[in-house]
Amino acid sequence: MKLVGQAKPDLLLSQEHHMCPGCGEPMALRGYLEAISELGLTQRTIAVHGIGCYTSFSMTTDLDLVQALHGRAPSVATGIKRMRPDAIVFTLQGDGDMVNEGLQEVLHTAARGENITCVLLNNGVFGETGGHMTATTVLGQRTKNSLDGRDANYHGYPILIGDLIARLQGAAYVARGSVHNAAGFARTKRMFKRAFETQVRGEGFSFVEVLTMCPTGWFIPTTEGPSYMNETLGEVHIMGELKVDGVIRTTDELHEENIRKAAEIEAALARGGVDA
Amino acid sequence: MKKLMEGSEAMAEAAIAAGCRFFAGYPMTPFTELLEHFARRMPEVGGVCINAESELEAVGMAWGALATGARAATGSTGQGLSLMQESFSEITLAELPLVIFNMARGQQDYYQSTRGGGHGDYRHIVLAPADLAEAIELTQLAFHLADTWRNPVLVYGDYLTAHIQEAVEVDPLELGPVADKDWALDGSLGGTGRSRIISPLGFAKTGRRSPGIEQHLRTMTDKSRQIEAAEVRVEVGHVDDAQTVIVAFGTPGKFVRYVVNQLRADGERIGFVRPITLWPYPTDAVAAAAEGARTVGVFELCAGQMIDDVRLSVLGRAPVVGIGGISTDGSGFGVGPLLDAEIIRDRILALHRGETMPPLPDNERLEV
Ligand code: SF4
Repeated sequence: MKLVGQAKPDLLLSQEHHMCPGCGEPMALRGYLEAISELGLTQRTIAVHGIGCYTSFSMTTDLDLVQALHGRAPSVATGIKRMRPDAIVFTLQGDGDMVNEGLQEVLHTAARGENITCVLLNNGVFGETGGHMTATTVLGQRTKNSLDGRDANYHGYPILIGDLIARLQGAAYVARGSVHNAAGFARTKRMFKRAFETQVRGEGFSFVEVLTMCPTGWFIPTTEGPSYMNETLGEVHIMGELKVDGVIRTTDELHEENIRKAAEIEAALARGGVDA
Repeated sequence: MKKLMEGSEAMAEAAIAAGCRFFAGYPMTPFTELLEHFARRMPEVGGVCINAESELEAVGMAWGALATGARAATGSTGQGLSLMQESFSEITLAELPLVIFNMARGQQDYYQSTRGGGHGDYRHIVLAPADLAEAIELTQLAFHLADTWRNPVLVYGDYLTAHIQEAVEVDPLELGPVADKDWALDGSLGGTGRSRIISPLGFAKTGRRSPGIEQHLRTMTDKSRQIEAAEVRVEVGHVDDAQTVIVAFGTPGKFVRYVVNQLRADGERIGFVRPITLWPYPTDAVAAAAEGARTVGVFELCAGQMIDDVRLSVLGRAPVVGIGGISTDGSGFGVGPLLDAEIIRDRILALHRGETMPPLPDNERLEV
């Protein structure tokens, strides 16, 4: 039997990485690389990476790739796609990169209906600098510059970027997944596939936000990452498909679906396993 | 056949003749018309022009287009280019052949163009045309040099370059071959173990030899030294026995050339140096002209920026005096009264004869 941790996606040049134990980003990487392979898009894909912990994937990813500046990946991807309309173009950014530094870039790109896919790894913290507040940090979350927890009166409110993008007419597919457990991973991988398929069909902008664990930046033990993620970030950045075929889904609909899915998983586990 | 064309149109046509197929920009006077011409013409030639939501997006889009191997450009006035500086630094370190048009407000952007407003040790080749015929030639040369050196090239125009109408012809120039862009991305090498990366950081893909950031930065600096040795362009007139040498570039350089030619005809021992490349700077030509001169005058439409490079070239051989200054129209965008052959003549003669420099002329201010 092959253990999950031993599976190497085809599009990785090396399994070695320098991420912290318990980091969620390598799981997200695996999800979209497998989605690209399984959709047969390997030899027509161009990646654009932002700056964050995940930047180290730039060297290990076996795809043609542009290393962009912090915040600017969606515009770079736009230029690539306009000159190579047949290529599948996607960006990889963190919340600091996309929602802080480059918010206008991703919003304009989505509004333009640019036929690319943007991937956000959202852990609500600047992991690379050592755990500082970002625009997606949830209320109450402790970071190095919100020591007593994010306070709306002092620090302002978090941006729910997926919800914001879903409202834009040019966005065709918007989803928010997570990698805190196997079911979340499987669901997120399906989201990646739908996003890339949206691009293949030329339907416009597609967006997958992935909630990822950052035990280092959250100042918690590694093993508590998944539950912390689910209970803090997951309660605010609601998971699910936020927009499908151009139709926006309400937060209530997502909640109901999440409860139903959780029940299904419980039942399946009781029967002896979940098929990822 | 010659055709009456506005400068912006002529430069857009020259870029298209050079094979430019991507342009992104944000409107700003006096750059706007260049964007308008690209917006109209690019779709006709199978290219793309995007009216970017800001200068930040414009330069990012050009970055992406360049990564595919396309000839691509962006531009603005100095103000808009200030916003793009972070990307300029990184695009240079990523060795992408960007062409930048600065339709500047006066000559206030000499430092910005030649020193760079961005971080790091990067350099851009800067070409400064004096008239439309030269603008057409240098625009095409810009794309050629950018590809040759895999280094950005900036074309420094101004309000007059952008708006003046002249009868000109846009003939594609034969500038010789450039190396194949085997670094350009098309997505085809995914999963082969030979996929490519375009990065400003000196990274290579895992398993390949990576120079590392320090070695990468040193290699870039070596390239700058090679460009300095190979790409200096300058026009020099009447300097051999000149007692007074005037240095000026761009549109003011055209005015200075005209005035100095007249003064020579009158028997005055005056010469001029007109740098065509602002970087690499024609240091040797300026130094040679200053040899034996009594004074070197610098005429520029700003408080005095290029004068630093003149002093670094002259190295004390002669006193270097600024005879230009700030001069704008009431809007601040256009041309002020200082750009006038009679006034420039008076200032050059005052310097030449050791007389008091006349005061700068004032514009007639707009009533607000
Ligand atoms: S700091 Fe956070 S995001 Fe960065 S590698 Fe560590 S766990 Fe992952």
